[in-house]
Amino acid sequence: MSQSPHYNEFTYIGKHRRAVEHRRFVVGKGNYAGDVLKSGTLHVAIVASPYASAKILKIDASAALAIPGVEAVVTGAEINAAVLPVLPGVDAPAVKRFPLAHEVTRYSGEWVCVVVAKSRAIAEDAAELIQVDYEELSYVMDPELAIDDRSHQVHADAGTNLIFNRQFIWGPVEEDFSKTDHQLSYRVKWARSSTVPIETFALTCEWSDATGILDIWASVQMPKYPEQIASALLLPSNSVRVHYDVDVGGSYGVKRGLKHAILVGYLAKKLGKPIRFIEDRLENMRGGDMQGPDRLFEVTLGFQKDGEITCMKMRALEDIGAYAGRSPLQLGKPVGAICGPYRMKSVAYLAQAVLTNKTPQEAVRGFGQSPTNYALESGIDKVARFLKMDPIALRKRNLIQKDEFPYLIPSGTRYDSGDYSTVLDKALAEANLNQLISQRDALRAEGKLAGIGISTCLEPSGGNSSFEPLFNPKNETTTWMESCVVKIDLGGRVTALMATSSSGQAHETLVSTVVGEILLQHPDSVRVLHADSLNALPSNSPVGSRMAIMLGGAAAGAAKKLKTKLIAIAAEQFGVSCEEITFTGSQVFVNNAPEKNITWADLVAIAHRKFHQLPKDMEPGLQEKFVWEVPTGGELPDEQGRVQMYPCHSFESHVVLVSIDPEIGKAKIHRYVCGHDCGVMISPDVVHGMTYGGIAHGIGAALMEKFAYSPEGQFLSGTFMDYLLPSSSEVPSISIIDHCTPSPLTEFGQKGSGEAGYLGSPAAIANAINDALATINKSIDYLPMTPNAIWNAIQQDTTN
Amino acid sequence: MKNISINLQVNGKQVSSTVEPRTSLVDFLRDDLRLTGTHVGCEHGICGACTVLLNGDPVRSCCMFAVQANGLEVTTVEGLAPERGQLSKIQDAFCEKHGLQCGFCTPGMLITCQALINKNPHPSEAEIRDAISGNLCRCTGYQQIVDAVVFATKETI
Amino acid sequence: MKAAPFDYHLAENLTHTKNLLNEYGEDVKLIAGGQSLVPMMAMRLAKPSHIIDIARIDELQQISSFEKTIRIGAGVKQCVLENHSLTSQIPLLSAVVPWIGHHQTRNRGTVGGSLAHADPSAELPLIAVILQAKIQCENIDSSRAIPAKDFFLGPMWTTLDAQEILTHIDWPMWHGDGIGHAFEETSIRQGDFAMASAATQLQVDASGKLIRLHCGVGGMGGTPYSFEHITSQLIGQTLSKEIILEFSEQAIQQTEPASDLHANAAYRRNLAKTLLRRTIEQSLAMATSSFQHHPR
Repeated sequence: MSQSPHYNEFTYIGKHRRAVEHRRFVVGKGNYAGDVLKSGTLHVAIVASPYASAKILKIDASAALAIPGVEAVVTGAEINAAVLPVLPGVDAPAVKRFPLAHEVTRYSGEWVCVVVAKSRAIAEDAAELIQVDYEELSYVMDPELAIDDRSHQVHADAGTNLIFNRQFIWGPVEEDFSKTDHQLSYRVKWARSSTVPIETFALTCEWSDATGILDIWASVQMPKYPEQIASALLLPSNSVRVHYDVDVGGSYGVKRGLKHAILVGYLAKKLGKPIRFIEDRLENMRGGDMQGPDRLFEVTLGFQKDGEITCMKMRALEDIGAYAGRSPLQLGKPVGAICGPYRMKSVAYLAQAVLTNKTPQEAVRGFGQSPTNYALESGIDKVARFLKMDPIALRKRNLIQKDEFPYLIPSGTRYDSGDYSTVLDKALAEANLNQLISQRDALRAEGKLAGIGISTCLEPSGGNSSFEPLFNPKNETTTWMESCVVKIDLGGRVTALMATSSSGQAHETLVSTVVGEILLQHPDSVRVLHADSLNALPSNSPVGSRMAIMLGGAAAGAAKKLKTKLIAIAAEQFGVSCEEITFTGSQVFVNNAPEKNITWADLVAIAHRKFHQLPKDMEPGLQEKFVWEVPTGGELPDEQGRVQMYPCHSFESHVVLVSIDPEIGKAKIHRYVCGHDCGVMISPDVVHGMTYGGIAHGIGAALMEKFAYSPEGQFLSGTFMDYLLPSSSEVPSISIIDHCTPSPLTEFGQKGSGEAGYLGSPAAIANAINDALATINKSIDYLPMTPNAIWNAIQQDTTN
Repeated sequence: MKNISINLQVNGKQVSSTVEPRTSLVDFLRDDLRLTGTHVGCEHGICGACTVLLNGDPVRSCCMFAVQANGLEVTTVEGLAPERGQLSKIQDAFCEKHGLQCGFCTPGMLITCQALINKNPHPSEAEIRDAISGNLCRCTGYQQIVDAVVFATKETI
Repeated sequence: MKAAPFDYHLAENLTHTKNLLNEYGEDVKLIAGGQSLVPMMAMRLAKPSHIIDIARIDELQQISSFEKTIRIGAGVKQCVLENHSLTSQIPLLSAVVPWIGHHQTRNRGTVGGSLAHADPSAELPLIAVILQAKIQCENIDSSRAIPAKDFFLGPMWTTLDAQEILTHIDWPMWHGDGIGHAFEETSIRQGDFAMASAATQLQVDASGKLIRLHCGVGGMGGTPYSFEHITSQLIGQTLSKEIILEFSEQAIQQTEPASDLHANAAYRRNLAKTLLRRTIEQSLAMATSSFQHHPR
């Protein structure tokens, strides 16, 4: 299948290209946080609470301190008095988060004290000898109980566990419902799962009395990381240097590491030595605070008998665990695509974030969009079954059409561009729908349950801060910028500087492709470096599927300024205006007079060395920066909570064939097709990789991943024998079929795709399994759909 | 607790050292030899990020102590390339087919794939998926890894 | 997850091993492949003061055949079983090996290690029990051959005492026509411990009547279950679908499955019953078809 004609204008963009980063990864020369070993480094191990909720009566570290090689034991009593707490993204100032528990612990796995020793092994030996006396307290594990103020209060001073509770009403919801032929209500539950990178969070902190700088090498993906650490440690904001050239071994949202950095930064300053903490898998799973959305949805869809879905009421109850950072905001981002790709007129959205005695959550790939898509898409199929309508036909009845863009949804976001029906059609064609149906029927004839599942889902991209003021009016953040510096050196070589870390998204490849495209230099000749936080321009991190758009835009912006300057230097040499110059990269010449030409090298020499030939008032050298606010950003929400969420809207349509062995409930995926439209792909290999990986994440969330707790609040999913990640045996072969609807908002028409695949995958798999179960009048409305869960659904008594 | 002298071959070179018995092979490689290409993902034998070749067979280096490797031959990702500045066929194929993203599982994955190709020069897709089923990846969804092995092993005329 | 400190001893031969076991008493663990032991030590669930490495003892790595049995040394690696000519004489054993963990773990893990570890969901203990293997255990003074069903006492618990080493296992061969076998297990992910498993080996005569039936399930209690005490009622019968179904239901009623994160007891019962039924059906089909390949 050939590429869209939108790519014809480009030299480098959209082409197959080997990722720059891979050169070091395949020879084992990545620079991961666990590889950094400063001279004199001491190592950290954690003592964690085993209880859901307990009072700390006493900590006796005397036996631990007696072990040779142990340097210090630090408890919450000490550190919490010396640092400022981190507060949630919602307005709940009593829900303070410190690196260690003090006086009370609030979840099984919470960090209670820390041992610092000459080696990690010795630190663990010492940790075993620390005696902590606890008194168990009451606790609450069920979010539906926790919203009642009579239940155990996780933070006594907060006055409630329900730290965010807002009813949004966008449009005449009640009136629209009164005009519908039918209403259908349902409940679905997204299990507490997360993206669980193979690399745990790791960091080294080193404090220098001489320079007053705290250096941090961390496996991190977090906006405003250095500033928040400085603030918590009561350091000036230009005293924290985060080294963004550390390679991050996967993050997909979760590696925020604030409490880790505050803890280890404090230790580094206290002990005057470099301190390294590499979470082991147990520390990571239960106390790293990187669990993900745990969300109950109650949805009512209002629709006409011809299938037109006009209105929706959605309640999302999020169990955020015992503390909160940005995580409650994960209820807010989906506001930007709350009605999915459908033409609904009005929506009511009740967003609730409740504390329980579980490990806190962190931002997970999609920031709440995947659970929301699962809830919405489940409902679309239920409506189809109710109306005895084909789920494909029902979707087509309701999809926003390609001539309706930009399309304003009830909650205030304009979708920039899209062609949803075409992507769906392409996916169905790639899957060969008729053949798929025959295959499904053949499986049914063999005695299996079999079903086809479709999902059509939005992938909002570009990032924005708008959910921050939406969920906390005291926070008036409307800037969500990205930066890039591009320079051409005296030797004529191009170097670009990006301002944040990367965790597998191949940003060096992205930037060099973009800069190469603008300057018409081969991308492999463009070097891309990661600045550190002191010499970097502002950034907001690779979150919200934003870097192709924002870093791509910033890199293009800086490169364009350089191109303009080179043209101006050339124009000066030939005494013509800039409009009369043709730029080909290696050469620059006067239009229609190619004998009047000057080489790249000569232009560079003039800029760097020949001031006498430089245009008047032009700055010498060749270096430009570009700092770019997110397009469509910069506004606060209105009173109804309407606001533009993200700028660009990618789209995906999944088609899945699943069979279930009815006697044992185990599901098998036979065919997986994903139609994907993220506008112009700057690096198609990268985009495809993201999509395959996102689908694998989705398969895990749909079929096997869950952070589980016993009713007594014991954490049950501490190891990879408990929390199951899909292997190559569980992820099938996947076909991706591309479509290109460029964004009008970006330099090349690119949209974001960092969350591709994950946002529509659990929805499609759930729909396929429910299509199969519907043949015996059963359904399953919660994740993960393990063999036991599906078998339970098959045994359901559905007579009524 | 007595330290033990060990002598083994790592990436073709003889190495002698004295280790605590409890030091795992992966920690010995990373911390003592500073061969940080092999990674630690779980330390309980599931994720495969720590995979190395032991006398030519892929094993989980987090599931053995360095002392158990005495007298044996270990190959890590740093030992896959034929010469400095070159790439082995499988490393080159991973680059060509985008068989990695964050790179953290990649060394273990490359080792497993190299071992597969050594035994089975033309594996089917099913055999590839079976061979790498003990190496977890959270980035790629495995598709481009499988494509890379197919690419590395396709018949050339 | 770093192990607690210990002293390491490399055993040169079996006698040396027994002496070391005798010397260090209760606080010692043998290590061969270490695929179960090392993760447990990393999690500090096991903290032996002494480790005896038996991986270099040649006499534990032999495979030999006798008239009625194949003898497999405890130190034989699981990967060796996959293609060895002699293990093909115990087809149920060969069939099960690809289900054990992953390639990497089979390159280190040993037959004896799996049996001594005695995980109730593990494949080799189940096969040992239903094939009525004999497990040789030796210490400095004595040796004994224990029938597999008496060897496993509970989860992670065998009759081995602290000074004993498992040296070899004798697996009975079945000769003749009309033999069939099957193994099934179900886990959420390939290579994980099974939620339940079932294994069958049977023999029928030319008219399809049952001569012997060995079958059992794993993951359904503290040890593998073998149903030989109730299979006797079926000898001489032709196994119909109904008989197999009823037998499977009856057999599973004997088990006491636990509920855990991945599967509850009710589901396990259903799963084990289904897998047992299927392995008997598959074995019967294999046994019956073996006659079609032997023209009389």
